[in-house]
Amino acid sequence: MRNSRSTEGRLRVYQVALLLALVLLWYVLTSPTLLPPFYFSDPKQAAFNFGEPVEVAIRLWKWFASGEIYIHLWVTLVETLLAFLIGTVLGVIFGMWLALSPTASAIFDPYITAINAMPRVILAPIFFIWFGLGIASKVALGVTLVFFIVFFNVYQGVREVSPVVLANVRMLGASPRQLLRHVYLPSAMSWVFASLHNSVGLAFVGAVVGEYLGSAKGVGYLILQAEGVFDMNTVVAGVLLLTAFALILDWAVGIVERRLMVWQPRSSETERV
Amino acid sequence: MTPALALENITCTFVSRDDPSQRYTAVRDTTLVVGAGEFVSVVGPTGCGKSTLLNVAAGLLAPSSGAVEVLGRPLAGVNAKAGYMFQTEALMPWRNTLANVTAGLEFRGVERGEAEARGRDWLKRVGLAGFGDRYPHQLSGGMRKRVALAQMLILDPQIMLMDEPFSALDIQTRQLMENELLELWSANRKSVVFITHDLEEAISLADRVVVLSAGPESKPIGDFNVDLPRPRDVADVRLTPRFIELHTRIWRAMKEEVLKGYAQQQKH
Repeated sequence: MRNSRSTEGRLRVYQVALLLALVLLWYVLTSPTLLPPFYFSDPKQAAFNFGEPVEVAIRLWKWFASGEIYIHLWVTLVETLLAFLIGTVLGVIFGMWLALSPTASAIFDPYITAINAMPRVILAPIFFIWFGLGIASKVALGVTLVFFIVFFNVYQGVREVSPVVLANVRMLGASPRQLLRHVYLPSAMSWVFASLHNSVGLAFVGAVVGEYLGSAKGVGYLILQAEGVFDMNTVVAGVLLLTAFALILDWAVGIVERRLMVWQPRSSETERV
Repeated sequence: MTPALALENITCTFVSRDDPSQRYTAVRDTTLVVGAGEFVSVVGPTGCGKSTLLNVAAGLLAPSSGAVEVLGRPLAGVNAKAGYMFQTEALMPWRNTLANVTAGLEFRGVERGEAEARGRDWLKRVGLAGFGDRYPHQLSGGMRKRVALAQMLILDPQIMLMDEPFSALDIQTRQLMENELLELWSANRKSVVFITHDLEEAISLADRVVVLSAGPESKPIGDFNVDLPRPRDVADVRLTPRFIELHTRIWRAMKEEVLKGYAQQQKH
């Protein structure tokens, strides 16, 4: 136990050291004055292409100090959550329906395959025309990404319900509606929860890509603006911010997952009797 | 007196979904009558259609021909008078022990507080008091079987259908569970159909042992009364001369079928 903890501690040290080394390398290679230019003819060219760590840090600091970043973060968060929720609800409904109705499943099968194969980011322009440049078009894009993840998981979850559990619950007197509510839905939801990281991640991708392609608010919009004036420092600051945002989101999902999946055995867990 | 359960001339033929010309008759012209409060064991070699017969009695499977009567009425749909204990895991893994035990009451619309009180009482009776908040995966195999037993008994079924319920347990746990089953059963005598491939288990539990022939097209080939006195201890009763005598007689009838069943399996 102690041994593994000290190993873990050492790994953390290495990880932080690697990060510092990378930032230092970035700083040294992009500083216009520190080293004589050896690749670009113009000493400022490296900073132009890759940004400068100090400038990026200042940018981030200013965003939070002035508070102007919060509205953009908020918009991106709302888009992500809405896309996730709507996509999940639609995915659960369609997944349950098609899994329980062989006819519907047979009819829709080629369409589902086709739509799933389509690169759905390309739908963004259509959503801009339909829903405008506000939140709705980003949510729509995120929904198309989330929907399929959830749909396929629910479909699988319903199909893989243990026939014995099903027979048992029928013998205990469950009506068809109660079967749906107490067997199919929980089984499907366990698959949905298992794909939670994926679907939240894709909702986030939908939101940011949507903002980047055309918007008036959001972190993706900030990046788009900065890119328009070749402000690499702001672009990099935006990318770093999005990365941190995604990590926090992932961590929050992990907490929710652990709470919801308490009934599932984890491989590392020994049986407690 | 009307029997609790009457299967009359049951035939079950399965047709392959991919190739309708491929048919398999698991049970043919089988008649099985179980009286009120009677404990009947059905034994037979592996793959002889024992479970098929039980599923017909449960109303989970419609027979190709034949009639099923429950307490004198023809059976339609799932058999609401019967409780079923399955061979494999049948608990809902997403429900804790208490919620599993009270599931049947919940489906019947019993008020939650009352259902939980009765559920706790049943958990206590099967020796799992205090385990109500555990999930099935946190319990041992024997404990899960107890939960399944309580889940069935809480509904007070007139007929108990049991499909090799203890076959996955080790021998000690198994005998413990068998004794507990007998104790619960003798306190409130219901009709039991107990399927097993283990003749010793069949004799030590039952009032009557029915022997099925090897599949396909299996049918009863023997019907033996077990006149061992009750209450019984399943471990002790096996040492009595009468038990050994019964065992010898029934085994003689079964042996040929077991060998046939074995030969069948070798062919496949």
